[in-house]
Amino acid sequence: MWDSNFAISIIPDLVDAMWVTLSATVSAFFVAAALGLVWTLCKRSSLKVLVIVVSSFVEFIRTTPLLVQLFFIFYVLPEFGISLSPFVAGVIGLGLHYSTYLSEVYRSGIESVPKGQWEAGKALNFTRPATWFRIILPQALPPVFPMLGNYFIVMFKETPLLSAITLVEMMQKAKIIGSSSFRYIEAFTIVGLLFLLLSYPASLLVRHLENKTSNRFNKAA
Amino acid sequence: MTKKGKMCDMSQVSTLPIDVNESSEPVGNTPIVQYTNISKSYGKTEILKDLDFKIYPGEKVAIIGPSGSGKTTLARMLMTLEKPSSGRIEVNGEQLWHREVNGKLLPADEKHIRKVRGDIGMVFQHYNLFPHMTILKNVTAALIHVAGIEKTEAEQRAIQMLKKVGLDHKLDVYPAQLSGGQQQRVAIARALVMKPKIMLFDEVTSALDPELVGEVLEVIREIAAEGEMAMLLITHEMDFARDIADRVVFMEGGKVVEEGPPNLLFTKPKHQRTKEFLSRFHSR
Repeated sequence: MWDSNFAISIIPDLVDAMWVTLSATVSAFFVAAALGLVWTLCKRSSLKVLVIVVSSFVEFIRTTPLLVQLFFIFYVLPEFGISLSPFVAGVIGLGLHYSTYLSEVYRSGIESVPKGQWEAGKALNFTRPATWFRIILPQALPPVFPMLGNYFIVMFKETPLLSAITLVEMMQKAKIIGSSSFRYIEAFTIVGLLFLLLSYPASLLVRHLENKTSNRFNKAA
Repeated sequence: MTKKGKMCDMSQVSTLPIDVNESSEPVGNTPIVQYTNISKSYGKTEILKDLDFKIYPGEKVAIIGPSGSGKTTLARMLMTLEKPSSGRIEVNGEQLWHREVNGKLLPADEKHIRKVRGDIGMVFQHYNLFPHMTILKNVTAALIHVAGIEKTEAEQRAIQMLKKVGLDHKLDVYPAQLSGGQQQRVAIARALVMKPKIMLFDEVTSALDPELVGEVLEVIREIAAEGEMAMLLITHEMDFARDIADRVVFMEGGKVVEEGPPNLLFTKPKHQRTKEFLSRFHSR
């Protein structure tokens, strides 16, 4: 069944593919983090049209499957003249999908900032952007860093979906190895182990972050 | 009912305040703040009813009254934290919630509101310091990011102001490390450093432990003694109001029931409601 020599021989290939997985995750996370914030801010705009358009769009993205979105971006957009590489399509799809979840995370952070902080901003005559970036977000974001971290791990574990649009990340690499050698057990086992090896320390880091942010401004006098 | 009869009586007084305030309202002076026909309601609940109210430059006005009388709403509208349902507010001769275009009053945009709001400062019941900034940063933030003053200069002014409230030795600590009284003093410095023409104090000692009230009132007394800035104090501290106010206003049910210089209003209130309210305080 298990062939250790074969397993060792395919590790370099899978580790190479792991870097693709990691860079796709990191890039998609940045897309999601930035877009999510944009959605949150738009939803709080005084411009009613913007609120409705953004809210419906976000709701649409959230309630349709990521796989469908990936297929759409990769296979349908070229018909409109937009051809993207598997990596770029994957990053946009994954990032866009998770931006709608991160938007909710930001919202919870923003809502946890007391109303008095907005009022203090007004009383000191801050502009609206300055209120957001100097007063509200610096208080709203640190408490949600752990939640953002959790989504980072979730997105990392979602990357095998990108194999469906031909991105050669770990999963796709394992499939290729499997189909060319007819040995699946080693390749998929190693992929599983690599995911575990990366996710577990990351989740420990998130937990550490959680403890750190929970007592951020309450250092005793 | 007798109460209804009294209400009519009260409204008469509030529209003819001259007979009670002759001594405190500087004649011929233009008010720095003028409320005209201000009403505010939330759904069916009326908080303020056709209120007319003025504050003169440098004047110290204390508003007293039971909770729910609309006194906090009065101040919050001036700080633009709440929008009047109807009526106008002028600050320094300019409309606060409106802008005049060809003699017509249109709703003001953010830019206009910010321009007028620059003359107003406020200290809140719950201090509302920025928890993510040190004490020094709390005081310099608006100087740097609103007034556009350069950092070293802003810090100098902030330190000077913190010295005034006795906290210039706490520059690098965070608000959570200070007592309530100290936090409130920082909040006062933070508002004061912007040099407002009128400063609002909204029940600034109500959230404090009794032993910390004194230090905050002392700071406000000192500021009041300096004179040039108008002050609107919403307070339950009657002795304090008597000491520093030029004029005391008693509000109830969204209306000004009675107003006058403190020695008159506290010792010889004209209205039954004022008497009842004050007697509750004295008996406590």
